Amino acid sequence: MSDIKEKVRQFIVSNFYVADASSLKDEASLLDAGIVDSTGVLEVINFIESEFGVTVDDAEMVPENLDAVNHIVAFVQKKKG
Amino acid sequence: MCGIAGIINLDASAPPSRDALEVMAGALEHRGPDEFGLYLDRFAGLAHSRLSIIDLSTGQQPLSNEDGTLWISFNGEIFNYVELRAELEQLGHRFRTKSDTEVIVHAWEAWGEAAFERMNGQWAVALWDSKTHTFVLARDRVGVRPLFVMEHAGRLYFASEVKALFAGAPSFSRQLDPVGLDETFTFWTVVPPQSIFKGVRELEPGHVAVWQHGRFVHDVAFWRPMYPSSETRSAPDVLGAQHRFSGSLAEATEALSTALENATRLRMVRADVPVGSYLSGGLDSSVVAALASRAKPSGFKTFSLRFADAEYDETPYQRAMVQRLGTEHAEVVVSRQDIAEVFPKVIRHTERPILRTAPAPLFLLSKLVHDSGIKVVLTGEGSDEMLAGYDLFREARVRRFWARQPQSKWRARLLERLYPYLTRSPVSQQALTRQFFGRGLERAKEPGFSHEPRWGGTHALKRLFAPDVAAALQGFDARARFLATLPPEFGSWNFLAQDQYLEVRTLLSGYLLSSQGDRMLMGNSVEGRFPFLDREVMALANSLPASYKLKVLDEKHVLKRVAKDLVTKEILERPKQPYRAPDALSFIGERRPAYVDESMSEQALKDSGLFAPGPVGQLWKKCLTRSNDEQFSNTDNMAVVGILSAQLVHQQFIKEAPSTKRPPFKTVVVKL
Repeated sequence: MSDIKEKVRQFIVSNFYVADASSLKDEASLLDAGIVDSTGVLEVINFIESEFGVTVDDAEMVPENLDAVNHIVAFVQKKKG
Repeated sequence: MCGIAGIINLDASAPPSRDALEVMAGALEHRGPDEFGLYLDRFAGLAHSRLSIIDLSTGQQPLSNEDGTLWISFNGEIFNYVELRAELEQLGHRFRTKSDTEVIVHAWEAWGEAAFERMNGQWAVALWDSKTHTFVLARDRVGVRPLFVMEHAGRLYFASEVKALFAGAPSFSRQLDPVGLDETFTFWTVVPPQSIFKGVRELEPGHVAVWQHGRFVHDVAFWRPMYPSSETRSAPDVLGAQHRFSGSLAEATEALSTALENATRLRMVRADVPVGSYLSGGLDSSVVAALASRAKPSGFKTFSLRFADAEYDETPYQRAMVQRLGTEHAEVVVSRQDIAEVFPKVIRHTERPILRTAPAPLFLLSKLVHDSGIKVVLTGEGSDEMLAGYDLFREARVRRFWARQPQSKWRARLLERLYPYLTRSPVSQQALTRQFFGRGLERAKEPGFSHEPRWGGTHALKRLFAPDVAAALQGFDARARFLATLPPEFGSWNFLAQDQYLEVRTLLSGYLLSSQGDRMLMGNSVEGRFPFLDREVMALANSLPASYKLKVLDEKHVLKRVAKDLVTKEILERPKQPYRAPDALSFIGERRPAYVDESMSEQALKDSGLFAPGPVGQLWKKCLTRSNDEQFSNTDNMAVVGILSAQLVHQQFIKEAPSTKRPPFKTVVVKL
């Protein structure tokens, strides 16, 4: 769990150039914070698929799975079973 | 069209320096390379660089009244000067020249500050009354022509461009203003009177500022966008009083058609040099070119911008219009490499950071115009603001409709009508787009609701600011400061009018007419004229019911009716395509110019102190690992262009010494 979270956080911080990593709250909406825009979410999906070897189905591409560090972590865990 | 500059003593006792005036005019040579003039007395100096367009033989400046006590330095055109002159002659005024400049001098003598309301045109004016020691600056309604001021060592400096201010006062401490940077990364531009430089102010559009005996008297609006109140049938009799158009849609179409015809004709005939037109392939410039070619049926010249990248290119639409109008047409094809190469020069002219590269191709287009021997072009600028052409207006309408039933999935799906690409996008993009546009629906009736997705999304890029810049901005809220300046009537206007007002006050003046307009045109000594920003066209457009402009989600509805007999069917029926150019993609190619990496380097970032090198390094690394075919997100595009342009502003205006160029002067009046 912490390993997944760490990787997700690291990706968000570097790919979306978050200046202060400590300001990135795990539960906060990445969209509301302006960190990820609607094209940026494709980068999140690419990352999930290549880093964790899971496939994100169309129906799974929803904010509930992708719009916060915690959401992404929970989603990856569920997919990995 | 010209450049103006000058120095007025406030506390200083020695006369303004003639040397300073000369280098100020020299810094504006691109705006007016034809002639240079200056006036100097013990308290004031005015300088002028001229691009001769009206009254080629006797229109030199600075120019005075009959007894040489009232002097003017003027940049622009007063399109109704013939009519104003006749009125002034009736009042007993006598004229020595045929210029519009002299009309302003007499208009000031006759009517004082009320003179500016009578002027239909685009101007920046400086007037010095040596008898009463009164100094006046005024600027046209929407800010077509630029005008900046700063105080230094007991003197007031003014100029068309900031580079002239810095040239005239080389000891002035030049610094970038974090507040200007914050505004840029919120509104996509600084909003006058704010500028990107500390201590430099931009005179607001539609304002007149007065100083007397070295003391500031006032800086007041003689015009601002006004719309009919949605609560009463009659408009209030106040500044820029706005009547409600009470006719039918057919009558509105007729009225708009007549107003546009007059506006275009005036801009064609009030010039002693040939006038051409841009032709973008969109509705607005096609209407203008069609009306203009009626006024000049043979030999009318049109100019188009084409893109090497098919995604941005509109060639088939442009050529169809050329064929229909039978104009003499010229084109320039712009590639990503061209944009990268010309970008430093573009920023030299914008004098401010920008978040899009879109001005760069327009700079190359105005060069084509200049090289074709044309000094004046008409464009379709202003139509989207006056007649509600932007997606933002449609988006705001959908979001307000949705806000009445926030749980409705069907209402949210109307966004797909605005952004057809959504229907082809992955579900994620659809769902996230809905979440993005669905934020803050509870504030649907509050000022700024329409612009919140844009302002909020851009604002997030402030995370890239250097810690010192962020600290200087602690507690500052650009949105709140701007919204506090809204006029008292704002809430009485319909929502579309409110949204239009915000667009006119922010992006039209600060970016479209400046960075993308005057600066790109004047950079190649070409004057732009904008029929949609004619006084009568704006008054009519603002008086129309919202449904004539935005009929449900059909943008510029009334203009499309006007255009039916003027443009091709394809242009009339095509979905609106915003003018765009390749942004970040222009700067990542293998043959990118050396300045790009230098500007984005850790050392250059530390030097300017504007952005945090760490996160910018991450952004730049991410960009460089992209392939040339991959699209960048909107956020990445704005970040790259914004940082690069701000770095160039710092390099060219803070680090490098101001211009010391001295042109030859033809007109010199010295009364020391």
